[in-house]
Amino acid sequence: MRFMMLMIPKGYETASPGTVPDDTQAVAAMMAYNKSLQKAGVLIGCDGLHPPSMGARVSFPGGKPKVVDGPFAEAKEVLGGYWMIDVASRAEAIAWASRCPAGENEVIEVRQVQELADYPADVQAVAADFPAMQSHLGGKKPA
Amino acid sequence: MSGNSERAIQRAIDTVWRMESAKIIAKVARMVRDVGLAEELAQDALVTALERWPQSGVPDKPGAWLMAVAKNSALDQLRRGKLLARKHEELGHELALEQEMALADADLVASDDDDYGDDLLRLIFTACHPVLSTEARIALTLRLLGGLTTDEIARAFLVPEPTVAQRIVRAKRTLTEARVPFEVPDADQREARLASVLEVLYLVFNEGYSATSGGDWMRPALCEEALRLGRILAELAPREPEVHGLVALMEIQTSRAKARTGPSGEPILLLEQNRARWDHLLIRRGLTALERAQALGGALGPYALQAAIAACHARAPSAAETDWPRIAALYDALAQLAPSPVVELNRAVALAMAFGPAAGLELADALLSEPLMKNYHLLPSVRADFLVKLGRLDEARAEFERAASLTRNLRERELLLARAAACEPGSAPPQLP
Repeated sequence: MRFMMLMIPKGYETASPGTVPDDTQAVAAMMAYNKSLQKAGVLIGCDGLHPPSMGARVSFPGGKPKVVDGPFAEAKEVLGGYWMIDVASRAEAIAWASRCPAGENEVIEVRQVQELADYPADVQAVAADFPAMQSHLGGKKPA
Repeated sequence: MSGNSERAIQRAIDTVWRMESAKIIAKVARMVRDVGLAEELAQDALVTALERWPQSGVPDKPGAWLMAVAKNSALDQLRRGKLLARKHEELGHELALEQEMALADADLVASDDDDYGDDLLRLIFTACHPVLSTEARIALTLRLLGGLTTDEIARAFLVPEPTVAQRIVRAKRTLTEARVPFEVPDADQREARLASVLEVLYLVFNEGYSATSGGDWMRPALCEEALRLGRILAELAPREPEVHGLVALMEIQTSRAKARTGPSGEPILLLEQNRARWDHLLIRRGLTALERAQALGGALGPYALQAAIAACHARAPSAAETDWPRIAALYDALAQLAPSPVVELNRAVALAMAFGPAAGLELADALLSEPLMKNYHLLPSVRADFLVKLGRLDEARAEFERAASLTRNLRERELLLARAAACEPGSAPPQLP
């Protein structure tokens, strides 16, 4: 089963553009944690995200796209990054999240990744091509 | 204690066992130099947790807790051995124990539990030691490295639990009696010993992969377990190209798991699978692992070659766009490295796809005298397919019928008989399933 561990650092919602990790000790601890995920054969991918002040939100009032540049005054919790892991159970995903050398201001939300098989049959039929879209193959496109 | 929190504790214990047992057994085996004893001590630590955690709650670092308990009993064990040795005045033995104690003490104090790689590698090599039968190696690997219970292993391999239990007991005894050292093999033995490890992982994988539908969920779980152990091994032995080759092969084969069967469980052949259902994340991981194998240089080994063949299919956007000349060349390389009639038959199919049915038939015909192929239904089935394409329908029908009489799979027999019937003059062309 695949799970995302979503890192939500409190205060990141107001971080100024260009904010990047600068505490080498904290980064080293996080790298050791990433390494432990990798050595256990469970890490599939991970990324850190630039702060929302560099991003934008697109909403659809009345069905029309409306763009608001970050930071977003109303946002209380924003993503700072994520890990994707492949484990045997929800309990194992939680156990891995619990080992993260996170700070007191940080929360990790553990969420299971949906599989096509989780959908009802009629939805599966419509979404049949979905798995092929989930990552770039690197092969050539059909002629 | 409510049922709910009991279940929560049981779940916490199951989880920590799955995540930590191999490391604990490996560390303790390093101290006591006996994997059988190490496993017992790790199990004892688990029993202690089962007794204490319902009262005390699950500790903050459950893995470290279990490790400390197991290491302490290992030290006790060594001390008892030392007392015993003193009583018997076995001076030599005592000296050896003295050294072991010092080593174990130093281990306990100084060792960083995150640095378990060497011990885990030792454990893998020991569990897959050639002194053990293949079945014993498989059972011991799943037990010691995978943290599976005897019951789970028995269900996965469709054998009675006592059989597995006995295999494990005997395997541990064999390791002790043969005085198999708890070490990573020397350079001169490393290749053969590594081949034994990879064979075990791939056998476990295939046991799960051949269970196409229904049955016990433990069987497909074997694929996940083999893949997980392979990924771990790739981190422990990053300089071994065949480890990456095997991981690549397993990642790519697993990527097809959901496309391999139809709605009612019927098998779907590779070229007829809906490629949109392939797991592209696993394909990408497989291709990356194959690149790691190739980047290490040298000729590709048998696993990397099989992975390269699987990668050709994975890269093709549709069956029609498959690079058959390359697949034929890779089978050629594989046939030279690990010759087998089955590889030759696959090469014949690839040759036919690349250069026409006559090329494939020539090679397939050469296999007719092969004793191992005598009752193998795929040889007449493949020949029949070539003969149809060459317009030799009478011969094709006879071969389809022979293939039907040899297969034990009911669905496959029906399909082969239908194809035989379609070779009758005037019948409609066969429909693909």
